[in-house]
Parts: sequence; structure tokens; C-alpha cells
Amino acid sequence: MGPSSQPPPGAVDVPAVRRAVVGIGLYAAAFGTTFGAVAAAAGLTVAQALLLSVVMFTGASQLALVGVLGAGGGAAAGIGAALLLGLRNAFYGVPVTEILRPAGLARLWTAHFVIDETTAMATAQPTRAGGRYAFWATGLVLFVAWGGGTVAGAAVGTALDTQRLGLDAAAPAIFLALLWPRLAAGRRALVVALGGAAVALVLLPLTPPGVPVIAAAAVAVLAGLRGPAVRTTAEEGS
Amino acid sequence: MSGTWAVLVVAALGCYGLKLAGVSLPAAVLEHPTVRRVAELLPVAMLAALVVVDVGGAGGSYAVDGTLLAGVAAGAVALLLGRGLLVVFVVAVLVTAGLRLLV
Repeated sequence: MGPSSQPPPGAVDVPAVRRAVVGIGLYAAAFGTTFGAVAAAAGLTVAQALLLSVVMFTGASQLALVGVLGAGGGAAAGIGAALLLGLRNAFYGVPVTEILRPAGLARLWTAHFVIDETTAMATAQPTRAGGRYAFWATGLVLFVAWGGGTVAGAAVGTALDTQRLGLDAAAPAIFLALLWPRLAAGRRALVVALGGAAVALVLLPLTPPGVPVIAAAAVAVLAGLRGPAVRTTAEEGS
Repeated sequence: MSGTWAVLVVAALGCYGLKLAGVSLPAAVLEHPTVRRVAELLPVAMLAALVVVDVGGAGGSYAVDGTLLAGVAAGAVALLLGRGLLVVFVVAVLVTAGLRLLV
């Protein structure tokens, strides 16, 4: 099958998925290396960094947690930030369950791989078979690249000066890049982002590390609760 | 040291528990409009706050590093130009590291 040929309906476009997965794997290796280096700079051992990448396995939460710990923040603030950021994965469970339909014990290991990238890849496929293939291909490659990157980054971070390498700029750049596509959701998302940023900016010198990020979550809750019953009605009416 | 391990294990298992809840709970619970809206906006507010904290001074007081700020700004330009995560990451790190070599 040539690269330009269309798969028959119902078939899985394996080459297209594989190309996308290679890109995600490269990104995961780079992001994982960054996480490992940041974790090492925050005082974590290689084993501790790897524990997070293997068991927590959700990048933004991991990076936020080690950021709080590295800045001398408390356990509750670090855990709270990680859980609030990880909450979105619960909502990815809905489309993923529709596509993969895991039953019984399969839920236990399927759940572990429900993250941004696997959900995006699975839901982008036109068929359930394609979605299932994309989910597992993305999940397994990402898991290996992420874990390998973490070990490499933690080893580098322990041995070298990560500041000199500019790796401390990687975490905020990654947060910004993760935020970016979410702003396309509309003006409301932009307002919430600016609100969250403002809360963090005000609380930064007043509260212990981690608290500004958790307080910013309140902006999202308020905006969501007050949110557009208007929009729902409009959608139902149209 | 064991304190750190405990924090990491609790946070990691908690994040796994959230994923497990997502594939186990009835879809109706998670698809409640208000719940959905809050869930969609949470990462928006928190990621914006994380950028501010990382650039503005993570240690509990304002401390802006010009080279880091320039690197993140360069990453933002890459985003504006429609570049993906990997490019943004590389640009931010290289600009920051490059400026630190110069200054």
C-alpha cells in the first residue's frame, strides 16, 4: 500500500497512525528527558523520577508536582496540583471507553494509558478498530519513550548543570504549548487562562509554592459553575 | 527521604485512580454539562498559572530570569507560527541556553 492510497472503509490506516506515533514518541522522549532533568534538579532520585513516569504517567501532573517539591512547597500543595491537573484524564475515559469497550480486568490496564495523546489519537480515527490500534500504538510507544527519557534526563540532571543547558525553560514552554490548543475553544477559555494567570501572579509572593496553581483552579470552577446555560439552551434550540 | 517517597506514591496512585474512575464510572456522571465545563476549564487556568509561576519565580517570591523569559517568549512565537510541541520545546531551551552562554 502506497503512502497516498486510501484505506478501504473499516480498515485501519496503519501507516498514517505509525507516522503520527513516531512523532509522538520523539516528543515524549524529549519531554520525558526534560521531566527527568527537572525532577533531578528538584532533588528526586532517578528511581523516584521513574516511579512517577511509570505509575503516575501523566506529564503535566508530574511536572507540576516536582516543580512544587523543588520550590520547597508542601506535600498537600504538590499532591493537590497533580490531582487537579490529572482530573481531565477521568473525562477522557468516556470517549476511550466507547471506542475500546474494556470489560472486567481490562479496565485496570486500559485506564493507565488514558492520557492526552492516546485519547486524541484514538478519537481521531474513523473506525473503532482504528481507534483501538491508535490508542495502544500511541500508549505503548509513549510509555517506553517517556520512561526512557525520564531515566536519561534524571541521569543528566544529576550529573550536569541543567540551568546551563537551559532546561529550566523547558517546563514553562511545555505548559504553554499544552495550554495553547485549549485557548482555541473560545473567548471563555482565554478569559479563564488570563484569570488563572492573574491569580497566580498575585498569590506568588504571598503563599507557599503550589498554592497559586491550586488557587487558579478556583477560577476554572467559578467560570464553569456560572457557565453558559445560555450555550446549552442555544445548542438545544438550534 | 521516605517522606518524599510517600508523597510521590500517593500522588501517582491518585492520578491512576482518576483514570480508573474515568473508564469505570457511568458516562452520565462525567457528561453532566457543569462537570464537563469545569473539567475542560481546569487545565486552562492551571496551565496558565504554571507558566506564570515558572517564569515569575517558583520559590515563593518574584524572581524573573531574563534569559528564561526570553526562551519562553521565543517558544510562544513558535506557537504563534503554528509550530508543534517539539519545536516549541527546542526553541525555548536553545534560546535560553544560548543567551546564558552570551551573558
